[in-house]
Amino acid sequence: MEIKLQGLTKIFQAKDKTETVAVKDFDITIPSGKLIGLLGPSGCGKSTTLYMIAGLLKPNNGKIFFGDEDVTEMAPEDRGIGLVFQNYALYPHMTVKQNIMFPLENLKVPKAEAIIKAQEMADLVGIGDLMNRKPKQLSGGQQQRVAIARALVKKPRVLLLDEPLSNLDARLRLQTREEIKRIQIETGITTIFVTHDQEEAMSISDEIVLMESGVKMQVGEPQDVYDVPNNLFVAKFLGTPPINVFNGNIIDGEIHLNGAVIGKTKAPNQEVTIGIRPEGFKISKTADFELEISMVETIGRDTTLIINDKHETERSSRVIVDSSNKVKPGDKIKFTIKPKKLFLFNKETGEKIT
Amino acid sequence: MLENKNNLKAWLYLSPALLLLVVFTFYPLFNAFYLAFLKDFNFLLRTIEGYTLFGNFKIVINSPNFKQAMINTFVIVFVSVPISVMVALFVSVALNSIKKLQGVFQTIYFLPYVTNAIAVGMAFAFIFHQQYGLINTMLDWIGISPVNWVGTGATWSNAMFSLLVYTVWGGLAFKIMIFLSGLQSIDKQYYDAARIDATPRKRVFSRITVPLLSPMIMYIVITSFIGAFKAYSTVIGMFGPSLGPKGNERSLITFVALVYDALQHSGSIGAMSEAAAAAIILFLITLVFTLVQMQISKKRVHY
Repeated sequence: MEIKLQGLTKIFQAKDKTETVAVKDFDITIPSGKLIGLLGPSGCGKSTTLYMIAGLLKPNNGKIFFGDEDVTEMAPEDRGIGLVFQNYALYPHMTVKQNIMFPLENLKVPKAEAIIKAQEMADLVGIGDLMNRKPKQLSGGQQQRVAIARALVKKPRVLLLDEPLSNLDARLRLQTREEIKRIQIETGITTIFVTHDQEEAMSISDEIVLMESGVKMQVGEPQDVYDVPNNLFVAKFLGTPPINVFNGNIIDGEIHLNGAVIGKTKAPNQEVTIGIRPEGFKISKTADFELEISMVETIGRDTTLIINDKHETERSSRVIVDSSNKVKPGDKIKFTIKPKKLFLFNKETGEKIT
Repeated sequence: MLENKNNLKAWLYLSPALLLLVVFTFYPLFNAFYLAFLKDFNFLLRTIEGYTLFGNFKIVINSPNFKQAMINTFVIVFVSVPISVMVALFVSVALNSIKKLQGVFQTIYFLPYVTNAIAVGMAFAFIFHQQYGLINTMLDWIGISPVNWVGTGATWSNAMFSLLVYTVWGGLAFKIMIFLSGLQSIDKQYYDAARIDATPRKRVFSRITVPLLSPMIMYIVITSFIGAFKAYSTVIGMFGPSLGPKGNERSLITFVALVYDALQHSGSIGAMSEAAAAAIILFLITLVFTLVQMQISKKRVHY
């Protein structure tokens, strides 16, 4: 089921009549059968968008289409969606089986058939042997699976997940996100999930939608968005460690930083914000660009060099180099910059300069 | 040790309340048990003729009003409690679902709680008045001739019906308040989840609201049962000390009234023991019902 949002806007009004624009003029087409990550910092409107798709929130403006069908005015129960809440909202007084069967009861599915379907779903999400437990007797990860099974059992057109991994510990999170991906592939259902964790979104999404202050910033396959960020916000939001940001200049087609030329561009002369991915540095004895290392973190596979330079805009920079390089704090290291890992942004607007 | 020091302070702070409880609650409580087994206890001279195991209980059970008191009390308990719990549940669910004027309605429904039971009883007696009462006026609109609810010579069933209406109404306020606070503590996400799954309203109520509210419901049912077993001031409020309509006096006597009856002539020999025995019978009945309810609640209540 393809989902199309057109000019979707949601304004919340507080009691004192102050208005907050949670989602603004949001346009997007979500292709059928894909796993989409709605990504953004907290308060960016991603959950609001999800709940508007679910129908639990009414947009002030704009339209929502499921395929060719306009569902903007449709009640949530008629939309054929499955929703997994952030804290799962499993009915505490019902067993796992009763929880999963509950949506079928409303569809008047005969009991024998409902039991079979519930068992199938439970097996699919890997909790088939826990059917007679109460939610309280399950771990967070198991509860999560029950919630997914309950959402999927009625064969919804769309599966929506609100921060599905936020209540799980780190190890379980890794495992569950793979599980979500597997379930999505097996069922082929169009799935939208909300997260503030860029790693989570990038690792399992077919496409990510990056939001900030209720506005869509960029949409695309995770790697594409990472490789070609439209603006400084996107560049900064994706990647761990985050991108390094410096103040620099363009002079006659050359990118100047810290008194050295680190690359070439066709853009006109101006002051610019330079973004360099941590993996975009290459140690080179012959380069002009030199940085003093203030700290070294070795994590086995590679080494992170921490640099405090006066051209940085925010905080210390991080450079990832192969751990075979022996670097000590206080060393002055010369680098060349990989052109594909270097981005130029307008100093005022943060828009990308090409 | 830190703990010991705190203990001392704790006892110090507890002592005023404890002292009052011991004098006015625990002592009379245990004394009642003691009194019930005294034979021919003379309250004024403080003399007894020995002890008896069932003597006082037999007197109570064989007393002329015992059967009527039992019937009345059980009718009040088993009719008014289920009805008022159910009505309170529906009212509070309805109240919880409205947004505008919720505060106003909450206040309206809570008013009976802060009004005096006797005063309200008198008001209800007037509502059921044969000539001027609201009920008969309304019955008149639909062509039903006036009913003698609580007036002279009113039948037991008419008088009991009036009393039950008043009892149900009087008990609503507290129940609604408890249910409302319970409803407001239920996570809204359960309802969102139910909505997404197209759950009909009736099923949302029976499968989600009631089970999630069940600890509150159990609490209300148990306290209401205990309260109803002690019914007395409602009868006094509506019918005065005659405990029934004129010409049919004492027809609405309750168990507690039986205890007070015995105390009325506490000067006479053995009356105190009879009152104590009656109170203990009531206590045992209440205890058994509470235990049964708690046993049921183990299966039905989801904490």
